[in-house]
Amino acid sequence: MADKVKVAIIGPGNIGTDLMHKVLRSRGLEMAAMAGIEESEGIRRARERGIPVAIGTLAPILEDPSIRIVFDATSARAHVRHARLLEKAGKIAIDLTPAAVGPYVVPSVNLSALAGAANLNMVTCGGQATVPIVYAIHRAAGATYAEMVSAIASRSAGPGTRQNIDEFTRTTARALTVLGGARRGKAIIVLNPAEPPLIMTNTVYVEVERPDETAIRASVERIVAEVQEYVPGYRLRVPPYLEGNRVTTIIEVEGAGDFLPKYSGNLDIITAAAVGVAEKLALGWQEKAA
Amino acid sequence: MTGKRHVHVLDATLRDGSHPMGHAFTAEQIGAVAAGLDDAGLEYIEVAHGDGLGGSSINYGRSLLSDEEMLTAAAPVVRRGKLTALLLPGIGTQDDLEMAAGHGVRVIRVATHVTEADIAEQHIGFTKKRGMEAFGFLMMGHMAPPEKVAEQALLFQSFGADVVYVADSAGTMLPDDVRARVAAVAAAVTVPVGFHAHNNLALAVANSVAALEAGASYLDGTCRGLGAGAGNAQLEVLTGVLDKLGYRTRIDFYKVMDVAEKVVAPMMKRPQVIGTNALMMGYAGVYSSFLLFTARAAERFGVEARDILVELGRRRMVGGQEDMIIDVAYQLSQRKGASTP
Repeated sequence: MADKVKVAIIGPGNIGTDLMHKVLRSRGLEMAAMAGIEESEGIRRARERGIPVAIGTLAPILEDPSIRIVFDATSARAHVRHARLLEKAGKIAIDLTPAAVGPYVVPSVNLSALAGAANLNMVTCGGQATVPIVYAIHRAAGATYAEMVSAIASRSAGPGTRQNIDEFTRTTARALTVLGGARRGKAIIVLNPAEPPLIMTNTVYVEVERPDETAIRASVERIVAEVQEYVPGYRLRVPPYLEGNRVTTIIEVEGAGDFLPKYSGNLDIITAAAVGVAEKLALGWQEKAA
Repeated sequence: MTGKRHVHVLDATLRDGSHPMGHAFTAEQIGAVAAGLDDAGLEYIEVAHGDGLGGSSINYGRSLLSDEEMLTAAAPVVRRGKLTALLLPGIGTQDDLEMAAGHGVRVIRVATHVTEADIAEQHIGFTKKRGMEAFGFLMMGHMAPPEKVAEQALLFQSFGADVVYVADSAGTMLPDDVRARVAAVAAAVTVPVGFHAHNNLALAVANSVAALEAGASYLDGTCRGLGAGAGNAQLEVLTGVLDKLGYRTRIDFYKVMDVAEKVVAPMMKRPQVIGTNALMMGYAGVYSSFLLFTARAAERFGVEARDILVELGRRRMVGGQEDMIIDVAYQLSQRKGASTP
């Protein structure tokens, strides 16, 4: 087997810890460092697994040329600062914050077009869940308008999301057009506190130029299978159906339950997509080297 | 206690009433209703898509007029009262608040599910910064116990809300449920407390009175009760009842009756009655705005509307989850199909 590609994670919170679990069971990636601003639960969890930790500094990551990819699970403001340092040190940054320093990436949609980008932004959880569907409908039928409604369990919406919910709606809506291909986009998010927590659902409505239900269904089913390669719990709940020129479809996202509970499909899909991006990059380098 | 206490009344005909109107009020209608209400002495006149600013969508129904056009139709005729708009974080954004501030809106009601007030911090802050009044609005108040409602109301107050509302969005509360929640909120906060009723169990006016007795001083009504589900507290009836109870309002009773009868009633697509589906919403505790969407989904998927409503209540769906009506209707239709030999 080829050598694994070394990666680091900045931000040892829930997202960072879930990322770590996914990297630890990845065949192409090796967990080389976890960085945090202070001693924390997440730092302790990394240390317990024998992973080198960096507290209050990124120097050990920046100065280690063998680390090629760095995930940032901190905040938009912190990422803007980290992005400059990482680029200077020649690392590829995979950004899970809403900073959007680099282009949006959704693995099943545009990853191959981004080879060479030094900074990749993972959009939002709702974007990872719905952009593939809009893109699939657009390529089959031409999307003039796309709208998504994400319902997530209250327990899986952290303080970052709650204090900045407009980021979610704005960024997701933009991604529906930029990556999904729709001429206009709208995003809605609803938090539901039901107990036991509900699994993440996403409803996608798309208005199309060529309302061909068979073509749309085939295209959507194809992309669902592609997303399932990195998010096994990604499923169609209501297959696409047409009313006039309007397509409606509902998907659910069940998490892998790595570190976060299974109902947190919203968090799982973004960490899984981020690790998926890193794995594809690693595979590309290994193929080139071979 | 009843004495001569002043009650602040907000009219929501041009916002909650937007649901039964299919979000299709015309500029002329908005102008006529708002002018009539302003002349009748309403303190607050709310104008927006039924799901608030930014609500125009496939999920909630597209608006005939943009938010901007609606506010532009109302602003010049609202002179004594304050033009008010509603916003649900997650649907509308601060961009919508900026637009509203530039179109004569003086009060923003920021609405969240009863347990999720913390998603409104930015929006309350932005509203205050732009010089508008901010009301916190806790929807689906029946879904949390009184202590939780009070805790969330306190959060709203800490963000800077000038008034905190408890809303019975499903029209499912009984007067004692209202009293318990309003009293808990009134004991917890120092700002005034409001109550927003729906009439699915024919208790909208009675519950509004119960809220006043428990310490509320702000109430919502709509002309002819026009609103989601079986509608709201009927404004002109509420006005008469408050007067008989000895509460003071700024409203001219004859004038408000005339707006309801002569201006609003002729616009209505159907009388605001408590039909079977609205009754089921009140019984099962389902968000009132789901009414017309449920009827449509029942027809599309060939299932019983009441079954959809019961399932939505069982799943504990919250405001804004109109899409889950489709999900439930589809799942019910699949089950039905599977059991057919």
